[in-house]
Amino acid sequence: MIASVFHPAVLRAEIRLFRREPGHLFWIMLFPALLLGILGSIPSFREADPSLGGLRAVDVYVPVTVLLGVIVAGVQGMPQTLTGYREHGILRRMATTPVRAAALLSAQMLVFGGAALVSALLALAVGRLAFDVRLPGQPVGYLLALLLAALACLALGALLSALSRTTKVATAVGSAALFPAMFCAGVWLPVQAMPDLLACVVGWTPFGAAAEALGDAAAGDWPGWTHLAVTAAWTVLLTAAAARWFRWE
Amino acid sequence: MRARPARRDAGAMPVIEVTDLRKSYGGRPAVDGVSFAVEEGEVFGILGPNGAGKTTTVECVEGLRVPDAGRIRVTGLDPVADHERVARVLGVQLQQSELQPKLTVREALELYAAFHPRPADWRPLTERLGLSQQLNTRFGKLSGGQKQRLFIALALVGDPRVVVLDELTTGLDPRARRDTWQLIEDIRASGVTVLLVTHFMEEAQRLCDRIAVIDRGRVAALDTPAGLIRRSAGATVISFTPSAPLDEREVNALPGLASVEHQGGRVTLSGTDETVNAVITLLARTHVTAHQLRVTDATLDDAFLDLTGTSGPTEEVSA
Repeated sequence: MIASVFHPAVLRAEIRLFRREPGHLFWIMLFPALLLGILGSIPSFREADPSLGGLRAVDVYVPVTVLLGVIVAGVQGMPQTLTGYREHGILRRMATTPVRAAALLSAQMLVFGGAALVSALLALAVGRLAFDVRLPGQPVGYLLALLLAALACLALGALLSALSRTTKVATAVGSAALFPAMFCAGVWLPVQAMPDLLACVVGWTPFGAAAEALGDAAAGDWPGWTHLAVTAAWTVLLTAAAARWFRWE
Repeated sequence: MRARPARRDAGAMPVIEVTDLRKSYGGRPAVDGVSFAVEEGEVFGILGPNGAGKTTTVECVEGLRVPDAGRIRVTGLDPVADHERVARVLGVQLQQSELQPKLTVREALELYAAFHPRPADWRPLTERLGLSQQLNTRFGKLSGGQKQRLFIALALVGDPRVVVLDELTTGLDPRARRDTWQLIEDIRASGVTVLLVTHFMEEAQRLCDRIAVIDRGRVAALDTPAGLIRRSAGATVISFTPSAPLDEREVNALPGLASVEHQGGRVTLSGTDETVNAVITLLARTHVTAHQLRVTDATLDDAFLDLTGTSGPTEEVSA
């Protein structure tokens, strides 16, 4: 029974196919670390900022770029691939095998989730090695917040794919979702630097909450339960919606 | 293909059993009470005009669609409730599907082989299908015919007991089509049951042991190819150019006559053996010489048009 929703051969094939997509490799795995490198080379970003509680901008941007990889994987990468699989009958073909199409969905989630984690490690490594950013003070809390953010994002990706009939639509919808998600994660302005009201609103979005949770854990505190609960609630909600509307053909 | 003992005597249970299948889309019935049984080891054809419900029928057999009503059994199992066990014995080639564009032929075969507990060796398969030069080619770079042949290979890679082939040779050139027909004959010889959906008469006539003609969601006829031709109204076709015009009333009174067609000076009649004799008698009696007289058996094509009533000479018979 488990083999019909998860199959190692399907996962292996999807990993191989992922490696053949230069766009995915760049935007998911390298771009976030690269962005951190560029931001970190701005001298003022490496000076302690009282408005960030004495942290440097580059310190605050590490969790942001970690989230960025998660967002690009979940919102831009997966929905496009998955919608293409449905549009071209690849899911249908798989559905006639003993393995069923769900194996392809789970493999996609593992591949893009895994890519987001590699991207996160890369961003952490660049921060640590190039700009002397301390590694997360609360690694367990950090990992928990990161996993929750990845789950929420993959669920969002599955929902976007469910709502998009063609790859073209998935790309457009993905791009439309990408910018608000990046904004909430703090790519333009870290949540910590947002005005109170804005930060409060953003804190109720999955990526705003995840950014706050990652920020807490990076500083060495256990991430606030509210932030974790908000991300988890979004995950449940988005998963339920994706399950309700997802079509195999 | 693994050699296997003849299974014909394995028991009375048909390999595929479809009973009173019904399926509608948005209130419009696509399949409206279809029943048939495919016996072990035969090539069973489903023939019908476009939109007749052929693909919907086989998609229900494959478990891709849930019937509104009726019963389907594949080796005694329900394709929806028992999907996994059915999928292990049922190889499928869909009318329209693709693979991941960057997956190579070899990877696709290895992937699909991994879904089955005892897969067939895919190397001889690719040789039979003329794909051995394309093993490292990505799916997206294959020609239409190569894609089609790969899908046939994927349908067989699980070493199935029964294969469902939907529009098997569409997109193949005549040479590849004939090779594929030979392959189907080999598959049958190895004991695999074949359910073949087609609209190529020649293909159906050559490959199928029995054919169900489906029209507007119902089985219009179910017989051997020869039986279908025999039972069609104009099983024998007589054509000639008469040296003088024939009396129309006498022609229409010919026994067993199914249709009359005049084209230029040429007369084409269809009917039975009795009609042939009566025509010759008529010609002799009226001292009319028949130039270029041809008597031929009707083809499955004629039988098909007759059965589905889509068009054809039968409609020209005056009531």
